[in-house]
Amino acid sequence: MAGSTLASPSAEAVAQAQARAPTFSPTREAWRRFRRHRLAVISAIILALMVLAILVGPLFWRIPINHIDFAATLQGPSWNHPFGTDDLGQDLLSRMIYGGRISLAVGLAAMFVAIFVGTIIGAVAGMSRGWVGSGLMWLTDLFLSLPQLPLLLLVIYLFRDALKGTFGPEGGTFILIVIVIGGLRWMPVARLVRAQFLSLREKEFVEAARALGASKFRQVVRHILPNALGPVIVAGTIDVAAAIIAESTLSFLGLGFPPDIPTWGRLLFDAKDNLDFAPHWALFPGAAIFLTVLTINFIGDGLRDALDPRRVL
Amino acid sequence: MPYYILRRLLIAIPSLLGISVVLFTVLALAPGDPFEELATNPAVPPEVRMALRAKFGLDDPIMVRYVRWISAMAQGDWGYSFVSRINVDDLILQRVGVTLFVIGSSQILALLIAIPVGVIAATRPYSLFDQIANTLAFVGFSLPTFFTGLLFILIFSIWLDWLPFVYQADIQATGWRWYWEHIRQAIMPIAVLGLFQGASLVRYVRSAVLDVIRLDYVTTARAKGLGERVVIVKHVVRNALIPVVTLIALQMPAIFGGAIVTEQIFRIPGIGSLLISSILANDTPVIMAVTFVFACLVVLFNLIADILYGWLDPRITFR
Repeated sequence: MAGSTLASPSAEAVAQAQARAPTFSPTREAWRRFRRHRLAVISAIILALMVLAILVGPLFWRIPINHIDFAATLQGPSWNHPFGTDDLGQDLLSRMIYGGRISLAVGLAAMFVAIFVGTIIGAVAGMSRGWVGSGLMWLTDLFLSLPQLPLLLLVIYLFRDALKGTFGPEGGTFILIVIVIGGLRWMPVARLVRAQFLSLREKEFVEAARALGASKFRQVVRHILPNALGPVIVAGTIDVAAAIIAESTLSFLGLGFPPDIPTWGRLLFDAKDNLDFAPHWALFPGAAIFLTVLTINFIGDGLRDALDPRRVL
Repeated sequence: MPYYILRRLLIAIPSLLGISVVLFTVLALAPGDPFEELATNPAVPPEVRMALRAKFGLDDPIMVRYVRWISAMAQGDWGYSFVSRINVDDLILQRVGVTLFVIGSSQILALLIAIPVGVIAATRPYSLFDQIANTLAFVGFSLPTFFTGLLFILIFSIWLDWLPFVYQADIQATGWRWYWEHIRQAIMPIAVLGLFQGASLVRYVRSAVLDVIRLDYVTTARAKGLGERVVIVKHVVRNALIPVVTLIALQMPAIFGGAIVTEQIFRIPGIGSLLISSILANDTPVIMAVTFVFACLVVLFNLIADILYGWLDPRITFR
């Protein structure tokens, strides 16, 4: 919104004075603008700490995820079990560290699938001037109006067993969930990329490249795509959060990963019948999902501010 | 206007057909054979199995099977539930009303939250209220519905013991008490969905109002000496809400996703919980039909939004 503030003549003079100051690279300029979004910076720090804990946690916290201890079932937080235990006396902290790895891996992988498919479809639709572009956009709109969660459930119900047989229970479910979540989330990216391409392909620098004899592929990869990347990065960041929510939803409905793999959603699914006497069992994984999604969304908001070239901040 | 509605209807049909093609492709590509049990049963000779496959047309080309499936769906022949032992269309008709009630009420709640908050935030951009509202909106749509649902149950049912957490379709009460019990049990599911939806709408309402509030006709209204209240409510909000209608329609698929989760948590007997229970019971005809009903509802709401949009903004209908 600040970008559309009318610049008065005096404001122009200030801008010119600033222009004589040393210029920075676009990355550094973006970083400078990102730092102004205080919540985004705080979120980035919190998320980095959580990722670090998930990655190196098992080196320090050595209780195995399936260590059953009937002497300590449904215990609240204590020094032995900082996040408490579940109905089999399994330590929730180590289970959450394990589940966090899966949730983040699913989120990142599904984001890459969505970005990959979306960028290709958006780029083809943005570069073609005939029926291909409008056909692809019709397909995008069609996919946008699909009810995602029911379709996700349907596909997983139909293909689960076959993939489990081929890639093993964990790998098969992982591949299936990543492909299906990514395959149902590429549409916003495709629309963004197409809109960017439609305006960028008429710009002078692309025309110059065309005049110098650059092939269509080179025009796209070297000239247009790097300039269209900003909104795609923002969309990708938010896609990670959406994919984490989607995976947790599936696990929460009991239809995601197999029961012996404690993803955060699965922990909530197991905890929901014991809410009255073991609320910690649901609160810790739920808070972990919430905190991850919230920080990713704030970082996405900060990146939107940082990568928007029209911002004057 | 009638011509516009007709054109919208004609656009809705291809997308409905497209969705049915996607669904059928998923079903046709799926591994597994409906006659698998017969194949492993040594008492059934292979010829009988082949004859059965031929009888049900499983060996026909995929196009023929699609046309047969879609015409059966169009005629209301949606198959037979293996688990409930009744026709699928009857089963869905029993359940769809509750789902629409919950979704509809939560939408109203979402609008009741999002419109005032978004408008106030936009009239005072970057103020303290705006910043708090923005932060709370982020918190609201980052809280997954399944976690909010569990939190609500924990706080309002278990700790405070104010509200029941299991939804009962048949309440043993009459008169006012019956209504009261219904409202009491619907508060939490509607609040879970409505707060989530409201939080995601607030930012859209805010930016839509900000887009309109700078326009010249608003300045004119102020210059005429109209009060700020009249300018905002009668001139700004009415026009700002037009794009919001489209946004609500675009979010419909996500709303149905949230409704499935909420129905599952609070055991509401709607089509969302029907979908989950039939997936757990391998009841394929019901799964296909419910997914198709969800798709139809999305297309229907898109259509309604388009028509509303044309009614709110008459310029659209002339294009």
